Amino acid sequence: MWFPRLAANRALRLCPSDGPFALTIRRDNTDRIHDLNAAAEAQGLYRDMPFAEARAFCPQLQARPADPAAEARFLSGLRRWALRYCPWVGIEDADGLVLDITGSAHLYGGEAAMLTDMRARLDHAGIEVRLGLADSRGAAWALAHHGEGVAPPGASAAALEDLPIAALRLDVATVAALQRMGLRSIGALSRTARAPLARRFGPDLLIRLDQALGRQPEPVSPWAEPPHYAVRLTLPEPIGLVSDVTAGLERLLHALCLRLRAHEAGARALCLTLRRVDRQAVAVPLRLAAAMRDPARILPLFSRGVEGVDAGFGIDQLRLEATVVEPMPLQQIGRDSAAPEQLDNLITRIGTRIGLENILCFQPMDSHLPERGFRLAPVAETPSRDGWPACRPRPLSLFAPEPVLGEGAVPPARFRWRRMWLTTGRMTGPERIAPEWWAPDDGWRSGLRDYWRVETCEGRRLWMFHTPQSPGWFVQGEFA
Amino acid sequence: MRRFPPGMAGGAHHRPLLCRSCRIGVAWRMTSAPPLPLLPARVHEACGAAAMTFAAIACACTPGLLLWIREAWLPEMLNPSGLSGILDPARLMLARTRDQTDTLAVAEEALRDGAIAFVVADITRPLGLREGRRLQLAAQAGRTTGLCLIPEGMGSNAAETRWSCQPAFDPKGGADSTLMRWELIKNKKGISGVWHVRWDAQAHRLDVVSPVGSQPGAAPMPE
Repeated sequence: MWFPRLAANRALRLCPSDGPFALTIRRDNTDRIHDLNAAAEAQGLYRDMPFAEARAFCPQLQARPADPAAEARFLSGLRRWALRYCPWVGIEDADGLVLDITGSAHLYGGEAAMLTDMRARLDHAGIEVRLGLADSRGAAWALAHHGEGVAPPGASAAALEDLPIAALRLDVATVAALQRMGLRSIGALSRTARAPLARRFGPDLLIRLDQALGRQPEPVSPWAEPPHYAVRLTLPEPIGLVSDVTAGLERLLHALCLRLRAHEAGARALCLTLRRVDRQAVAVPLRLAAAMRDPARILPLFSRGVEGVDAGFGIDQLRLEATVVEPMPLQQIGRDSAAPEQLDNLITRIGTRIGLENILCFQPMDSHLPERGFRLAPVAETPSRDGWPACRPRPLSLFAPEPVLGEGAVPPARFRWRRMWLTTGRMTGPERIAPEWWAPDDGWRSGLRDYWRVETCEGRRLWMFHTPQSPGWFVQGEFA
Repeated sequence: MRRFPPGMAGGAHHRPLLCRSCRIGVAWRMTSAPPLPLLPARVHEACGAAAMTFAAIACACTPGLLLWIREAWLPEMLNPSGLSGILDPARLMLARTRDQTDTLAVAEEALRDGAIAFVVADITRPLGLREGRRLQLAAQAGRTTGLCLIPEGMGSNAAETRWSCQPAFDPKGGADSTLMRWELIKNKKGISGVWHVRWDAQAHRLDVVSPVGSQPGAAPMPE
């Protein structure tokens, strides 16, 4: 199965248009045509043509940037679709599928009927396709790429007789060299003596020829299906009690965790979807602090979410999906592993209430600005760490700078802060901190800061700073 | 799996006699020491301008994981660089809550679970007897110590002890003085008293000093 205009077909499925259409891709600093539709080709455009040139040829050309990653996803979607024909489907290059339909053609009433069905369905979906069917993978590729056709069983050689050399999946230089020698068709090549060909072109040419003619095997390797971490339970009668939902959830969790264990994976986020009788669905998401696959541990974590669900006239389907899955190898269970599990459970339970992103820990940052010297990172996503880099004495609490009245470069002897009159008893400083010019920060617009530790006679020990570039005094923290 | 360093690194070289259960020494001079660490499996309260420092020191007295619960809107933020003189910031987890209801729910959950050794909760609205009692029951169930930092006069009757902590000016001290006046204004199972203390960052211990310009010692026992 070869899709000659896969990228363009995909783009046109999203936004249908009748006129000339092309996808552009930026290569070697030039926008080039990545793929185009038949109408554009009729105007004389071709692939890899510079886009500016194409616009000159065809002013009404519509274009759009190409997205190779989405095309690859689209092709793998087609591969899944092709599993309806046979269980053995692989991907060929970037724009083809290879199906081993041995033993499954009769399910569609023969090979011809199967090909008709494929073509009808793909046409309906707006995807152009060239089909080739033969005994060997190489012959099918040749037939698909060079004028479609079906080779009857055992007659690959005859079917390939007149096809050009390029149908053998050879590189361009070899094809040109063979043509210069006068070997233009596969039939002519297969009748030539093999030894001189092997000496002149190496073994690859003969391997390709043998593969096409079925003398050497070439397997079709199907892609492994990615594991699907979702289970569901449909009920004959609607349920509404929390205990009933929990019982159903327990069954689902058991099945899901078995699957996770088989793939040595753990769920990091789960989503329970409860479908009600009136076709409404309620989703109960659960984010876990660590990858887990133990039903007994996950079940109680759901209780808060399940209790908050409005059951309406009853729930008749439960679906549980592990939306984020992480690898989680099997581990030796011992006495030591109990405590972290308990902590992870606690973090998850708290996280269901206030959100996992609100449970934080300190991470040191490489900055000399006091408020950027650390970062608050979610505990669940941060590796643990020991110690803290030593630095100059810093206050225990920090807040946004609060202005106080004062003049001069030395802290004022008496000032008012937070509706308190404070008298300076002892001051230590200054420590000059310059803003980081490479990381603009609105708070540091006022320029340099001279920090002082001011101990007041009233007891408070404040961290004050003076901004010499735009004179003013501020309080930014309080010492222990 | 996350792993936190157990306890505090370092410690006093000349470890005094008191406070056997913790690795932090409390030096004493002519006077008895404040009852630290706080009575385990109970919830305590602290108020005053130095309540945050008191909480940090109480945390340092307890080995294990710490959880500090604060409402997200509060302007003051703990500074780990300043905290590192008292305890290792890696032991500390912060929970940022929306309002006091969430704070209390998280505190109760953490106290009841027992995976965390010490829970500090910043309280912004008055605590009723019911909330205080629930926290006490949770602490009892999880064998966890709790500390509520309360605004002046907003405590609950269920608290085990209540401390009023004020920073004090130390005219003779050095530039890194941390002199504080701790007053135990409520104690269900013991004496109340006043202590002048200073945190020694080098030795990681609490020094009890005689108060400036007044007679040393704890307040007299109520008759």
